[in-house]
Amino acid sequence: MAIGVRKVRRPESGTSYLRAALKGMALTFRHMVDPRKVTQQYPDEKPNIAPRWRGTHRMEVHADGRPKCVACGLCPTICPANCIRLVPGEDDQGNRYPIVYEIDEFRCIFCGMCQEVCPVEAIHVGQDYEAAEFTRDRFVYDLDRLMAQDHPVTALWDPSDPLSE
Amino acid sequence: MHDLGALSDTAFLIASTIKVLVAFVVTLVVVAMWTLAERRFSAFIQDRLGPNRVGPFGLLQPAADGLKNLLKEESSPGEAAKFYFMLAPMLAIAPAFLLMAVIPWAAPLPTPWGLVDMVIADVPIGILFILAFSSLGVYGLFLAGWSSNNKYAFLGGLRASAQMVSYEVSLGLSLIPVFMLVGNVTLTETVWVQQEGLGIWFAFPLGLAFFLFVIASFAETNRLPFDMPEAEAELVAGYHSEYSSMKFSMFMIGEYAHLLTQSALMATLFFGGWDIPFWQGDDMRVIAPGVVEGAEPAWWKSLLTFFAFAAKTLFFAFVFIWVRWTLPRFRYDQIMDLGWKALLPTSLAFIMLMAASILVLDTLGLPFGLGYGLILTAVNLVAMVLFFWVLDNDRILAGASARREVERRPSEDEAVVVEEPEEPAVPTGAGV
Repeated sequence: MAIGVRKVRRPESGTSYLRAALKGMALTFRHMVDPRKVTQQYPDEKPNIAPRWRGTHRMEVHADGRPKCVACGLCPTICPANCIRLVPGEDDQGNRYPIVYEIDEFRCIFCGMCQEVCPVEAIHVGQDYEAAEFTRDRFVYDLDRLMAQDHPVTALWDPSDPLSE
Repeated sequence: MHDLGALSDTAFLIASTIKVLVAFVVTLVVVAMWTLAERRFSAFIQDRLGPNRVGPFGLLQPAADGLKNLLKEESSPGEAAKFYFMLAPMLAIAPAFLLMAVIPWAAPLPTPWGLVDMVIADVPIGILFILAFSSLGVYGLFLAGWSSNNKYAFLGGLRASAQMVSYEVSLGLSLIPVFMLVGNVTLTETVWVQQEGLGIWFAFPLGLAFFLFVIASFAETNRLPFDMPEAEAELVAGYHSEYSSMKFSMFMIGEYAHLLTQSALMATLFFGGWDIPFWQGDDMRVIAPGVVEGAEPAWWKSLLTFFAFAAKTLFFAFVFIWVRWTLPRFRYDQIMDLGWKALLPTSLAFIMLMAASILVLDTLGLPFGLGYGLILTAVNLVAMVLFFWVLDNDRILAGASARREVERRPSEDEAVVVEEPEEPAVPTGAGV
């Protein structure tokens, strides 16, 4: 049995190449003269980033310039990428402070768990995305550099307001 | 009749040298700007902004691109035929620039030393020269594809030659009605007949020829929807897959120069060249060195007519861009179908129609003028309506929606439904 071939008379409106081409030309022309464009002129025009954006870290400081960190060791313990190096120290009054506090931003996966676990709200991930450097070793941020960062810190997720409204 | 004096031999030499330099430099600059225009317009069409950071409005982007291409490493495939590999980009670029030499770009310019034609060489074989040299461009493409020793480049080169051969025929044939009206093949004469002789731009009495010429031009310049030789989705980059740095750039410059010359040709052959519409003040032609028939030449008329010519040319160059970013590429067999089954017979039929109309009008003794042109326009209008009606009724080309239409509602439109085989019964419970 021969293969049945179905012959369908096509409606002219749907089959005309010319009309379709002209329609397309009209559409592209409308888009060409439309002043609304989607391009973001990045260095001149900064993108809006979300309040819970997690970027490079920032260490909060006391009014007298000491870091708020009490060297409890929770953040290097919870860090899944193992990128935080902490050497704790203790002064005469028994206050603990970090002698060495380094974060390797290359190893960091920006999960934000260090910020969540910190009992004194010292270490934060921040709303920052311009982290380019010329050498690889510049990506290991030491304590001074972390304290010098001044971009806004990331808002933590609030279970009572899950959509951050 | 105005006798402004012919140029002396020395003055002619100097004037010609200046004209050659100016035409070459202007063409190169416009080509560079048109690569930018292509990117900007394509961006606008896609709701983007395009390159706008190098210089004001991105105007220095072509300079940056050129510098980048000059500084890039030049690679040469080990198995390539070196001589032809080097020759191909030169062959691609030269014919496109040569065409600019015969196109008149403004009204003749009176100077203290005599009258200067605003065309580099008003050769008596004008249009034939153009047809000959524009088809030379395919040698560059084919040599590039063949000498690269790369299968994709080779396929691109083969397609280039097949496509060029097919469309060269309709390109030439679509111009024959123009020859018949002008009675000559020089381009200055073509402009004059459109200004005074017939008094109407050839796009009206020869609209169908213009349409065919535009389609064939797209194929000639390898622009979408006919960019089979390049076809980056199928052939990597087609004939220039193996080229890098300035050699690649030369193919690009050649393509854009070709685009510009084709646009200039459309303007000259069908839209009055440098003629300003509805104004008799620029209707002039050089009948002997230094002697002008028609209106009085003046420097400001030369300037205005140059702007008219530039505006027309750039408009058609814009249409090339516009079409490129709208229409998708044809399939190879569709291109061959369109060229041989649609354009060739149509252009032949149109030649017959125009020849017959001209013969009838001449036999009736109608004076060659505006009335003559209007009658031809009416004849052409009928031909165009007929042509588009046939083309539009799915005889040759069909849009992609034709397929979708059938899939969506198979039960309707059952004008001719042949018997369908019965569905084989699905064995129930099998394979459980």
